Amino acid sequence: MSELHNKSVADLAAMLKNKEVSAVEVATRFLARMGGNPHNAFLDINSEVTLAQAQASDEKIAKGTAGPLEGVPIAHKDIFVTKDFATTAGSKILKDYRSPFDATVVSKLREAGMVTLGKLNCDEFAMGSANENSAYGAVTNPWDTTRIPGGSSGGSSAAVAARLTPAATGTDTGGSIRQPAAFCGITGIKPTYGRASRYGMVAFASSLDQAGPMARSAEDCALLLSAMCGPDLDRDSTSLNVPQTEGEKKFGFSHLLRIDHGNKPLAAAGRDGGPLKIGYPREWLGGGSQVEFDSNAPTRRSEGTDIEVQRRIEEALAHYKSLGAELVEVSLPQAQLSIPVYYIVCAAEASSNLSRFDGVKFGHRAKEFSDLADMYQRTRSEGFGDEVKRRIMIGSYVLSHGYYDAYYLQAQKIRRMIAQDFQQAFAQCDVIAGPVAPTTAWKLGDKADDPVANYLADIFTLPASLAGLPCMSIPVGLGDMGMPVGMQLIGNYLQEAQLLNVAHRFQQFTEFHLVKPEGV
Amino acid sequence: MSLSSQDIDRLAQLSRLQFGPPAAERLLGQLNGFFEIVEQMRAVDTSGVVPMAHPVDAMQGLTLAIADADEYGMTLRLREDTVSETNQREANQRSAPAVERGLFLVPKVIE
Repeated sequence: MSELHNKSVADLAAMLKNKEVSAVEVATRFLARMGGNPHNAFLDINSEVTLAQAQASDEKIAKGTAGPLEGVPIAHKDIFVTKDFATTAGSKILKDYRSPFDATVVSKLREAGMVTLGKLNCDEFAMGSANENSAYGAVTNPWDTTRIPGGSSGGSSAAVAARLTPAATGTDTGGSIRQPAAFCGITGIKPTYGRASRYGMVAFASSLDQAGPMARSAEDCALLLSAMCGPDLDRDSTSLNVPQTEGEKKFGFSHLLRIDHGNKPLAAAGRDGGPLKIGYPREWLGGGSQVEFDSNAPTRRSEGTDIEVQRRIEEALAHYKSLGAELVEVSLPQAQLSIPVYYIVCAAEASSNLSRFDGVKFGHRAKEFSDLADMYQRTRSEGFGDEVKRRIMIGSYVLSHGYYDAYYLQAQKIRRMIAQDFQQAFAQCDVIAGPVAPTTAWKLGDKADDPVANYLADIFTLPASLAGLPCMSIPVGLGDMGMPVGMQLIGNYLQEAQLLNVAHRFQQFTEFHLVKPEGV
Repeated sequence: MSLSSQDIDRLAQLSRLQFGPPAAERLLGQLNGFFEIVEQMRAVDTSGVVPMAHPVDAMQGLTLAIADADEYGMTLRLREDTVSETNQREANQRSAPAVERGLFLVPKVIE
């Protein structure tokens, strides 16, 4: 039983189904590990609620009415509203807030049988890349507690890496699932924009926000993603209603993982029945790159990417070739403009979304004020942290009269050019691979006073976010100071099953995803 | 171009935020640092490019025939204009800072 916390979601689901262990036993084990709140990963824990859910799961298992993930624990990023736990979005302005309803993602995972362990720390309103913008304190990285866990889903990545939970939800607006997954050596996927309902996700940038699972393998992520996604047409106007393929109807996003393809599993996994073609954007190659392409002549460019990060990515690509994949060079010419484009679009949307926090209908209200306008100002100035205020100010600026065309509209136009770049690249390949971040996790406080330095570190995750493409991070070994390196895989719209398959084949033949932080 | 401290005052007013003099000055430096990296974007020729407001728009006609776009939710839609929620005033007001007899309380607006 001591090894229960090292079991995968798939294993736990099978053990629970076969009654080798009860949901209450599993929940109790994880609640014990969460005691003392290691890494400051959790913002709300309520063992009574958790154990009651586990009890209900055990009854369903006994009656034979269990869901596919019945009794398996999960913890939710504090961006998802929950009836039974407080929801703060990492902000002081929502301290002690209780939602009258559950987010669609939360209720779907509960319907699948999952037991909620609690709510996970994150950057305030998911704005950040280090989890240092939480009003409730930074989260530490289980691999090195003097380092950040990544952000904004930093509580999620730390909790999964430290085996405080087998799985967590995250949200990804500009990399907030992929980057913390990479920094903590776990696996995470952001699906196509519109796959998971945004109903009950505290809104940051509505045209970018998307929910996804974070766990320790692609296999687990496929199970979780299948349970999370689905049309929510009356509650989310951007929810997709795409018909499922025959395979998806039966096994969700896991359907391609179930087939045995021998030891060259990608040799016939391309969309034309040939080898899977992995595209590597030439703009993402670091200096001194040794990547050997199967076609085209690569143009080498020097970037600010760590040499160790670059090496791990190249080794992973070489491994992919041994699995039968082909490596082709592609180009994303406008991708380097993603930083200004993203930070203009997200700030504009944030300034609009966050106007609802006025101290009237919910959340914090300033104690002293002279009139209504003063109450709004004091409430917001007290309740929001520095990064949130910065983005609201940038948003107000780029949306204001005289600047709208030059900034906001121009950003939206380049956003389309970036999305079109991807379509040109996908004409030559099935998936795109590259780094998740230019470095491994940095030291706590290193970039805390330099917002632009934080923004620049998002260079590899922003393009797929702007285009709305499904994308994920898988561990590919350790870099400087023994910190994990993540490789990013990007698929075309709605290709989650294939993306997860590509990640799973790598994990079938490697053990990077099994490596744990010391002492866990 | 760069922002001035008057711009910060105006934007703070628009954003319903207040900054003391040291915070306003720090913010001015940070925003100007950000708008420096924005400059490269302004030089791009985007004539004829239709602005992209959300990714669902970019998916239209790419993965599916355009004729199917409506059916699959590839265009933004409105739900039927019918009552779908029941009255839950009490639950909805539970987290409000000041409520009396089912009403949200705010400072006096009209003298």
